[in-house]
Amino acid sequence: MAGTSTDTVIPAPRRGGAASPEAPPRRRRRSHDRSAYVFLIPWMLGAGVLTFAAMLFSLYMSFTDYNLFDSPRWVGLDNYTHLLFDDPQMRVSVLVTLKYVVVATPLKLAAALGVALLLHTRRKGRTFYRAAFYLPSLIGASVGAAIVWRLLFSTGSVVDRALGLVGIDTGGWVSNPSWSLMAVVALNVWQFGAPMVIFLAALQQIPRELYESAQMDGAGPWQRFVSVTVPMLSPVIFFNLVLEMVHSFQVFNSAFVISNGTGGPADSTYVYSMYLYELGFSDFRMGYAAALAWVLVLVVGGVTALLFRTSGRWVHYAGDEK
Amino acid sequence: MATTAQGALLTRGRRRALAWHTAAVAVLIALLYPVVWVLTSSVKPADEILSSFNLLPTEATWSGYATALDGIADVPTWRFFANSMVISVGSVIGNVLSCSLAAYAFARLRFRGRGPMFAAMIGTILLPHHLLLIPQYTMFQKAGLVDTYVPLLLGKFLATDAFFVFLMVQFIRNLPRSLDEAALIDGCGHFKIFGYIVLPLLRPALITTAIFTFIWSWNDFFAPLIYLQSPENYPLPLALRLFVDSSSTQDYGAMLGMSVLSLIPVIAFFVAFQRLLIEGAATSGLKG
Repeated sequence: MAGTSTDTVIPAPRRGGAASPEAPPRRRRRSHDRSAYVFLIPWMLGAGVLTFAAMLFSLYMSFTDYNLFDSPRWVGLDNYTHLLFDDPQMRVSVLVTLKYVVVATPLKLAAALGVALLLHTRRKGRTFYRAAFYLPSLIGASVGAAIVWRLLFSTGSVVDRALGLVGIDTGGWVSNPSWSLMAVVALNVWQFGAPMVIFLAALQQIPRELYESAQMDGAGPWQRFVSVTVPMLSPVIFFNLVLEMVHSFQVFNSAFVISNGTGGPADSTYVYSMYLYELGFSDFRMGYAAALAWVLVLVVGGVTALLFRTSGRWVHYAGDEK
Repeated sequence: MATTAQGALLTRGRRRALAWHTAAVAVLIALLYPVVWVLTSSVKPADEILSSFNLLPTEATWSGYATALDGIADVPTWRFFANSMVISVGSVIGNVLSCSLAAYAFARLRFRGRGPMFAAMIGTILLPHHLLLIPQYTMFQKAGLVDTYVPLLLGKFLATDAFFVFLMVQFIRNLPRSLDEAALIDGCGHFKIFGYIVLPLLRPALITTAIFTFIWSWNDFFAPLIYLQSPENYPLPLALRLFVDSSSTQDYGAMLGMSVLSLIPVIAFFVAFQRLLIEGAATSGLKG
């Protein structure tokens, strides 16, 4: 604490007790500020204990049979082999989650980009619309919104009737196994405002000259979109894609509340985190649940790494281009 | 000739404006329909809620709200509100303090291990936090802290929401260094510089952090679900769940009334701070 490397030429009377003087400015630049560690105490504790120690602990647990009350029993790779080759519930939850990720992520990004393009204008009213479209992103994750969704999409309710009018009979999405996951997807896509504002900010960064010269070369609106907007936006598309995808893999609240905690009907909304929740917090199979969580992390990490590797081919950073 | 061309241009411009507004209003209606639906349905008589296409009720009834305010499991609803408030305000204080301290060090100070530590901090942003649920629960359970607010709040006071640290680091990096340097020459220590110079200038980032933290903790469901057991400790989202679960009579009016009550603070924050919220979300990629 006392090693705070503050420096001063004239010992100023106003100096606080914590500060100790005496390194000339030149030396300060090269030396280290030990007081940094004081500022970092909370973060270091949090990252050290709640994150890194917890990760190691979880890795250890994943090789054990542990129910929270008896001491953990080492089982080697058993949890993983069972999980990967011999667990029908796991398979169900993986398929549901993959379906969710593959449908929800592109839909949400497409909605975000489409509406961002619509709002990228100087017309009056754009800030009002931007704010209004962002609102669902704030309330969509709540239990209240999920309850509203459950009612809106239930049998005989608004969505069911509206679809009935155009001859589509789903019998209410919430109780129909082939549609229920789509209700969860819809709740997520509804929250496209968050990626939308990021797209909007990025659209405003695209230099106008690019459009002007494209127009001079005779490019129509679609060509301008494909050859100017998309490449210029690609870093942000990539950023949003990674963020939304990592997020989608962890979907829980909406599936849990819409299915009333069951993952039903017929396991159609039984997402990965719901399996994790049941294993960990109603069966107390902590070791097995830890293994399940590690598999998720490896899969998400793998997909992210894959995206990063392919990104070189389609993500353009302004600096690289001539 | 010139005037007709101009006239055609104008009408074309007007037509395009009309098309634009039509499209925007269509999106608006589709998006806000659920919000309007929940508001009007919450005052509908129970039998009209699902069965009627009309947005407006035939007659308004407040019985749903009355039932909702009564509470559940012998706990009055104001208690759930108070619990949510304690958790959310606690989280805000924790995040604002701990994240700004860490951000100052990362943005302004040079110290051994800065690079790796910063990388680790960024790494935790993308780490699926499901991984930490099981071990953290085990740790808190062994420490006898389950069914208290400690597991919900401790992480906030230890800057585990690394997103906000990052947000503030970016913000501090954009502040002119000349002020700090002047203060250093005047003999201020880093604690004074932090408290008297950086913190006041950091206000926009602190407010963004505070609002998002409040809304996220207010909406948070998973952590309270696993850590809290007694209904008198429940925040609103858990109470809502309990409500839906145990209303065997399917009291939709009360369910919706309670949903509306639980969303009011979030909507109020939104109305009051929408510009800041959206700018914060746009610059840092914060998820809503």
